[in-house]
Amino acid sequence: MVPLDYYLFLSGVLFAIGVVGVVIRRNLIVILMSIELMLNAVNLTFIAFARSLGSMEGQVIVFFVMTVAAAEAVIGLAIIISIFRHRQTLDPQEMQLLRW
Amino acid sequence: MTAPVLLFFVLAALSVVFSLAVVFQRNPVHSAMALVVTLFLVAILFLTLDAPMVGILQILVYAGAIMVLFLFVIMLLNPEALERRRALWWGLGSIAGLLLVFEFADFLSDIPRQAAQGAAVGEGFGGPEQLAQSLFHDFVLPFEVASVLLLVAIVGAVVLAKREG
Repeated sequence: MVPLDYYLFLSGVLFAIGVVGVVIRRNLIVILMSIELMLNAVNLTFIAFARSLGSMEGQVIVFFVMTVAAAEAVIGLAIIISIFRHRQTLDPQEMQLLRW
Repeated sequence: MTAPVLLFFVLAALSVVFSLAVVFQRNPVHSAMALVVTLFLVAILFLTLDAPMVGILQILVYAGAIMVLFLFVIMLLNPEALERRRALWWGLGSIAGLLLVFEFADFLSDIPRQAAQGAAVGEGFGGPEQLAQSLFHDFVLPFEVASVLLLVAIVGAVVLAKREG
């Protein structure tokens, strides 16, 4: 059987890649995709711990995380569509009306 | 090296490569495609962790529904093809990512070895029956709250994306 910390390290790496994506990308859709990647890395941690502890709770939590991720993607994309209608851009650097 | 460990390393390497592709592809459609592959690979990792139900849900919900939604929005908006690369943000982002990885590595090295072995699980662990048992006994209230959340999300999405006037 594969040790638990291999899975934890993999999900740490995936999470870090998601963070890098949120920081360096200048496209709202790709930023949202990076957030999905981070959520997925956390799901992998939950599943690995559920297997390691032999309990179903972790898997149920993953079920809820997926629900929240779906809702988040839907709302995020709707916001992106309405921003694009107003400003014709997906670059978050252009959205600085309230910036100091 | 035994077969499960080998399988894990292959899946892990592929998923890291494709998630790097999500971040570093400049075309959003290519990013979305790489994300679909990453989600598939993570679903297979779920299967190796005795979570068949969640793995299948991952493919259906994530790789199916959510990614189709992303592709639809990319198609609908058709943003200007490629974005410019900015050195400052690339530097900051890479530093942040490396720091996070080292942080996790440091944290993981403290895990006691016996915790890494894994409990014995019975027949049907992670199957639909056990998931439903847990979901509808211990997590009934969160389940109902999740359904309300989804309803709110649907209404919110319709209101936000509706054309004004």
